[in-house]
Formats: sequence, structure tokens, C-alpha cells
Amino acid sequence: MSPMARTAPVPAATDPAIIRNFCIIAHIDHGKSTLADRMLQYTGVVQSRDMKAQYLDRMDIERERGITIKSQAVRMPWELDGTSYALNMIDTPGHVDFTYEVSRSLAACEGAILLVDAAQGIEAQTLANLYLAMENNLTIIPVLNKIDLPAAQPEKYAAELANLIGGDPDDVLRVSGKTGMGVEALLDKIVRDLPAPVGDPNAPARAMIFDSVYDTYRGVVTYVRVVDGMLHPRERIQMMSTRATHELLEIGVSSPEPTPSKGLGVGEVGYLITGVKDVRLSKVGDTVTNLAKPATESLPGYADAKPMVFSGLYPLDGTDYPVLRDALEKLMLNDAALVYEPETSAALGFGFRVGFLGLLHLEITRERLEREYKLDLISTAPNVEYEVTLEDKKVVHVTNPSEYPTGKVAEVREPMVSATILAPNEFVGAIMELCQSRRGVMGGMDYLSEDRVEIRYRLPLAEIVFDFFDILKSKTRGYGSLDWKADGDQVADLVKVDIMLQGEQVDAFSAITHRDKAYAYGVMMTGKLRELIPRQQFEVPIQAAIGSRIIARESIRAIRKDVLAKCYGGDITRKRKLLEKQKEGKKRMKMVGRVEVPQEAFIAALTTDESKDKAKK
Amino acid sequence: MPSVLPLGDPAPPDGLLPAQAAEGADQRAFGLYVHIPFCAVRCGYCDFNTYTATELGGGASQDAYAATAIAEVNFAAAVLKETGLPERPLSTVFFGGGTPTLLPAEDLARILTAAIAAWGLQPGAEVTTEANPDSVTPESLQLLADAGFTRVSFGMQSAVPHVLKVLDRTHTPSRVPEAVRWARNAGLAVSLDLIYGTPGESLEDWRYSLETALSYAPDHISAYALIVEDGTKLAAQIRRGEVPGIDDDDHAAKYELADELISAAGLAWYEVSNWSRTPDQACRHNLAYWRGDDWWGIGPGAHSHVGGVRWWNVKHPTAYANRLGAGVSPAAGRETLDTETRNVERIMLEARLNSGLDIPSLGGLGDTGRHAVAGLIADGLVDPAAAFHGRLVLTLKGRLLADAVVRRILPD
Repeated sequence: MSPMARTAPVPAATDPAIIRNFCIIAHIDHGKSTLADRMLQYTGVVQSRDMKAQYLDRMDIERERGITIKSQAVRMPWELDGTSYALNMIDTPGHVDFTYEVSRSLAACEGAILLVDAAQGIEAQTLANLYLAMENNLTIIPVLNKIDLPAAQPEKYAAELANLIGGDPDDVLRVSGKTGMGVEALLDKIVRDLPAPVGDPNAPARAMIFDSVYDTYRGVVTYVRVVDGMLHPRERIQMMSTRATHELLEIGVSSPEPTPSKGLGVGEVGYLITGVKDVRLSKVGDTVTNLAKPATESLPGYADAKPMVFSGLYPLDGTDYPVLRDALEKLMLNDAALVYEPETSAALGFGFRVGFLGLLHLEITRERLEREYKLDLISTAPNVEYEVTLEDKKVVHVTNPSEYPTGKVAEVREPMVSATILAPNEFVGAIMELCQSRRGVMGGMDYLSEDRVEIRYRLPLAEIVFDFFDILKSKTRGYGSLDWKADGDQVADLVKVDIMLQGEQVDAFSAITHRDKAYAYGVMMTGKLRELIPRQQFEVPIQAAIGSRIIARESIRAIRKDVLAKCYGGDITRKRKLLEKQKEGKKRMKMVGRVEVPQEAFIAALTTDESKDKAKK
Repeated sequence: MPSVLPLGDPAPPDGLLPAQAAEGADQRAFGLYVHIPFCAVRCGYCDFNTYTATELGGGASQDAYAATAIAEVNFAAAVLKETGLPERPLSTVFFGGGTPTLLPAEDLARILTAAIAAWGLQPGAEVTTEANPDSVTPESLQLLADAGFTRVSFGMQSAVPHVLKVLDRTHTPSRVPEAVRWARNAGLAVSLDLIYGTPGESLEDWRYSLETALSYAPDHISAYALIVEDGTKLAAQIRRGEVPGIDDDDHAAKYELADELISAAGLAWYEVSNWSRTPDQACRHNLAYWRGDDWWGIGPGAHSHVGGVRWWNVKHPTAYANRLGAGVSPAAGRETLDTETRNVERIMLEARLNSGLDIPSLGGLGDTGRHAVAGLIADGLVDPAAAFHGRLVLTLKGRLLADAVVRRILPD
């Protein structure tokens, strides 16, 4: 057992040989943050009395949901056999929406801890990230967590892990982040097993950005891993993808509070502050070099974050539009993947069409807007981006059904994903049924262990963005897990279904669906609206149509009675107060033509019953 | 009068009214409402402030009630005088309940006599009492007529036994024509109260009740859709699924049938739930509520209105009697309405009347006020001919949607 390091290696003067860079790959509730907390404590960088649960997760939402949205890097000293080492722990996001960020975090490391809940086994996203790590030639340290749990099955899952990465089940470490058991042994193993970083200290500086965070007081804080050369404070640096130059106002390491240093050398991980205010100027994956002595070649793997899922966000109260605009502007400073543009809906008023990496990204953004900016929002059903080619060869990109062109359509292409689903083998039938019903094509199936399978499908993204995961969860009694990545596009027979109230098209309810599903959508939505919209003083026909062809119809009968029978002396005050309340309620109605539609109807029509727990992927 | 009191401002112990109450008082009629908070049994649908005979004691007891009510009459006369209101003889008096006729006719007569002594009675004044067909005799009705009552309103509710049973009404249907005959013999005008939409009542049941009521040739009919109030026995029965719930479409069909049959019998609507044989036989006391006149309400839980000040008495008869015994105002709370609120009330109430609303007075911009009238005509809710003459008068369809119409014409 190793003691806490007596002297920590000094940044900017640390021999790469005593540096170990690693990350933790884990599924959402498998205890990554708790383990990280324990490491901070045992290495002495955080005093026990300062310990907040999940120290590294900054945002309230992260702490509440127990998930990590943005990664962080912490430098920890650890002594083994008389040598003080510098361990850099890079905390990666655990969710499929942030695969690109994960891949950059992995690229900053030489090794990864594969952390798996000893009571649950590996999940699809963990598996996907494990494959990513193996592609990056990282050394993997398999670890079972939560072995203190009565439900833990360490033998079973150790065998599963050994099967996945090769090796002996007995080499799988067993720890408990909660009690601290095995954590010191893990720190020792990190030092022993992981390779030290290698780079050329005399070459022009090259550092890879693996995270970029906006801080209200300091502007953008950029997290980098230095590959070659050295970065110093006060010198001018250049972003190799954009050629933008900045002055390096501060450079340092987090341990875990930011601590300025004299620089960062080969293999070191730390932060840069340049005074820029927008994370888009300091993009994840980009290479930082020295302007005076620039590198000629950037580090590999840079890509722009590309939004996959689009949704309209509208304030419930139209007068909140400027608040929403300002809030999005602020969120964007910290979220390079977020894109938005103003949008007007006849039914919902002024809002924004916002692009997200995935559904969790959408949920989190929405929740932050509601919580941090006190906004009440309606979000329209999520959409993917379609490429519509008209007969005159004009190409239109559609992220909102209301933009779907009215002219003759020659071809529609939709984005595809390759999805990996892990589940106990008893659910294979149910999963295949679900995927087939979502126009999926099976790619293959493998047994991870005796009773767990990995099933691969190619599916249209549109088919999985709405309720796929919820249904998967319910069909597999909660055991199924999903991972997906973009996988090109395909031509599909898609149509736009419009919904009309009393002949007025309600853009918020339009949908682009496969032709075979248009009828079902029309019946579902018209039926739902019939239940949700209160009776009016006139009959309200609800129709679903493809172009001018009606495919489903319902009708809300006119209300025939809306009068208090008795209104005598003692009833007047009560009646007037009721009237004033109803009048207030009317203000919260959205008018579609002459039809009063309650906000609740929009919200209810645009959400599925099962989607409440959607974000907890 | 629903038993839940509104939330308002506190009322002063001396009961004195703000000066506003006196403004323009000589332009307004003055009436008296007397609440009699007793019933033989508590009906399952009723949430009125009423008690069975054995529930109360002291000054709130049935025996002592007349004296307690007279104490408020005298208190009222003093307050109005001190507030500076002109002396106005009573245009109308209305005894409601509860079941006023559960008190001996002598008691009702005593209260009326005390009121006349305090304010006087206008020539041709209307003096009504509600009555249960079971609790009157030829003698008691004669006594009331002799004391100055001019009109009796019987709670007939229905002519169908199974409907009366759901309503917990105790009278036998055959008692109604007798009571009507005795009232006429005593020289009293007769109104019949009916309730429709009771759970289990068919359209044919309702037709039978209407035809039966009309066969007694009343001067006036009130027909009310059953309102299931929270906290009543009936509400609990519906919640437990023991009787079917209320269906607004059923109510609408029954209202239309009522209007058809009552009109065919020669009575005309003058308010959403009221029809009279001649305009003179409309209930003038109730019209005063809808026209914003002044009235004082005597009794526990009774509401009053004088010149834009509304107040309501404490609900429990014992608390009520104790207050008056101590010479303190029985008012539990009140509200002083500003011009805007008075306008809202005016629109809300006058829209219910066949005399309708003055369209130019509606004002408003955009799709509210008078600009909404065209849409209301288009929707068949407002009579076009009357609108042409500047009055907003509801059509049959409009009466059924009167509250919706009011929301459309109220200023935003």
C-alpha cells in the first residue's frame, strides 16, 4: 500500500516518465464520479472535509442526475516505490450524445480504467467507449466497482470483462468507490501498468484540446494535453484549424482548483486561458501550437461537432422570447455543439429551432434553460435533418417539418445510425421486433457471455430519437442498453403529415414520417388532440393530411352548455371571481384560427407517455 | 346561496358603509332578502346555508329566529341611515332559504311587519316567500297574504318520484296542485321551481315534469340545471359511482325542451333560468340583483349589496345570533367594487336578461367589447334584430352559452 506523495512533481518541470494520463470509462450510474472523488481524497488533492459528493461535476444538473456532461482534468500526485508520480485523471462524459468529446478525451490518455458495476455488468455505451479506447491503443485496466453491494456478482462480470479485453478474470481489480476499498491498489496499478507519455520536447509545440468550458469570470477555459514541445504563459498561440491566434494569459493545472504554472511540457495535462468568450473559438479536437514557432501538422482526429437532432423551443409566455434568446446565447458560450436559429410557428409564436447532439443533450439544455433562466418552455417533437431533392434538382435541408418543400419531390434522404444494443439473451426476440418495426436492418449479433448478447442494427436516426429508448427499456425490463453512432444516410419513402384544426394547419403538429407510418401518425395525433382540446362553441374538425389528401379525421363536438344556472345575490361575487379566473386562463390559450388550444394540449400532444424518463439513458 | 363565503376585506363591527354606497342611491331600487336557515331534512344536492330544526339552539333556534332576524332589520335601518342613504321604501322583499315556511306563518309575518315598520313598502311592492309544498296549509297561506305577501314560489323540482328521491325531496307530487290552488285562493301569485338534469332523469321524465308544472298554470317558472356542489351528499354519491354524473349535453337538451314547452304554454323567458306569463309577473326582486340595485340580506350567510359595496354575513346561525345579540354587525367580510369591477358585474348579469346589454356601453378594443358582437351574431349566440337596435340579447343557443358570451365581450 502506497502512502500519499510527500512531494508532488512540479508542472512544467515534470519528466514524462513519471506522468500517467488516464480516463475512466463507465456507464452512467456505475460509480465513476464516486471513484474519482475517492482518488482525489486518497491522493490528498482534496481534503476530506472539503469533499462534496461528485466533486468534479460542476453543474447542479450533473450532480442531481449523477451524470457527467462536461469532462474535467485533475492532476494528482501519487508515490510508488519512492518515486512521486503525476497522475492526470481525465473525467469523460459518459453519454452517447457526446461520443466525439469522449473520443478526444481518450486521445489525451495512454490508459483507461474500464469501470463496471459488479451488480450490473457492462452496458452498451461503455462497450462502445471501450472499443473507442482500444482503437486508440489505450492500455485498459478492468475494474469492478460496488463490490460491497449484496447483489454484486464479481466472478460473473470479471469473466465477462476478461472475455472482452482478453486476460485473466483474476486480473480484474475489485473496488468500492463508496468505502474506498481497493482504490489505493488501483492507483498503484495505474502507475505500474500504464505507459508514460512519449513526445518530442524540442519539436514545435502541439497540444490537443479535449475540452473547452466557459467560465463567467475567466472566459473560456481550454483543457489541453501537450504532445510535443512546451507552452508558456504570455506567448501567442494559434488554433491550427481556424488559424486564430490568442495570447496565453494563464496556463496551469487543476488539482482540482486551477493552479497557474510556468508552462506545460510533453505529456502534461492542464488548462489555458486566453480571454476569449466563446467556446467556438477554442474547439474540442483542435491543435494548439506556438505562433512564433508553429507546428506544420496538426494532431489527427479533429472534427466539427454536428447536431443530429432538432427541436423547436418556444417560451410558454411569448413575452419571454428575449429571455430565451439571451439564455441560448449564454449556453452557446459553453456548448460548442449547440446551434440555433430563430423560428416562428403560427401556433407557438416566436421561438428557436435548436440543434442537439442527441436527446439527452436536448433534455439537459431544456432543463438548464428552465432552471437557470426560469423559463417555461414548449419543445416540439424532435426531428432529424432530411435532405430533400426536388424535381428541378434543387436540394433543401429540412430540420423542421414546416420547411418541407411543397414542390415536386424527387428524393428524400434521411440520416442513418448504426446502433448497438446489449441485453440478456431472453430479450433478443423483443429487441428484434422493435428494431424491425423501426425499419432497422440487422448487422449482426454476438454473445458477450453466456446470457448476454450484443445486437447490431442499422436504423434511421428518426426512428430512434423519439421514444425508441423508452420502449427498449420497457421491452427488456430495464436491462437493455443502447449506443449509436452516425452512419451515413439513405433514400427513404418519406412524407409530411399535416394536422389541421378547423382547416387551419398547426405547424407544431406536422411530422415527416415514412409513408407506411403516416396513417398511424395521423390517427394517433388526431385522436390525441380530440382528447386534449376542450370543446369550443362550434364544432372543430381535426384532420391529418398528406398534401391535400385527408388520411385521418376526428371531430370535437361543439359545447352546448356553458352557463351557470343560478346567479342570484349570493352568487355574484363568486361568479365574478370565477369569470376573472377563466379570463386569465384564456390568455394562456394559443389561438389556432378561432380554436382556443390550451398550452397543456401542446405539451401533452408533443410528448409521449413513456418519455418522462427519457434523459436517464 | 352557496354556503362557501367569498374571500373579501374585513367588515367593520359597526357595519358602517363607505361613502361610495350612498352615491346615486335615489336612482336605485331598495329590496330586502330574508334568509331562513331551516329545513325539515337536508336535501342531497343542496349546499345552501341551512340546518335541520334540531341542529341549533339559543338565539339561532327556530323559535327565536324571528326575533334575531328582526334585530338585524333594525340594525340595517340604523346603518343605512348613518351611512347617509336616503330613506327608500322597500320595492321588493324575498324570503328564501332553507324552507321559510318551516317557520310559523306568524313569524314570517312578524319579520315582514318589522321591515315595513323600518322602511315602509312601495305601493305595489312584490313580497315573495319560497315554500315547500309540504309545509303550507290554506290557513298559513292566507295568513301570509293578509300580512302583505303577494307571491309564493314553490319548490316543486320534479313531478317524477324517482327523481325526487335522488334529490331527497320529501313531498309527494300530488301535494303541489293543492298548494297552488290554496295560494291562488289566498290571492297570491304562484311560481314553481323545477330542477333538471338530476342523475337518472330521462328526457321524458323531464318532459313529464314540465307538462305537469304547466298544467297548474303558474304565473312564473324557474328551471335550474342541477349543480352538483362540492361537499354535498350527491357529489359524494357521484364520486363513488352510486349515481351517474352530470352531462352538460343532457342539460342543454333539457333546457331547450324547457324553453320550448314553457314558451308554448304562453310564458316568456326574461332571464336564463326564468320565465313569466307577463312581463309584470317576472320576479322583480331577482331582477334587482341582475340590474345592480340595492338590497340588504338578513340572516346567516346572507349577502347584501348597496352602491357597489357587497358584504356577506357570518355563516353559522349561532355566530350570527351572538353578533346581533352583542350589537355587532354580523358581516363576515365585504368588498368595495371599483368602476371597472362594477362594469364587469354589470355585463355578467345583464347579459342574462331578455332586456339585454347596451352595446355602445361595451366599449373595448380589438376583438372584445362591442367589436365581438358581430362574431357572436355570426355564431348564432346573439339576436341580430336586437343588436341592430343597440341591445345585446342572447338567442336560445346564446343563453346556453351565456358565460362564454360574457368572456368574449368582457374587456381584456
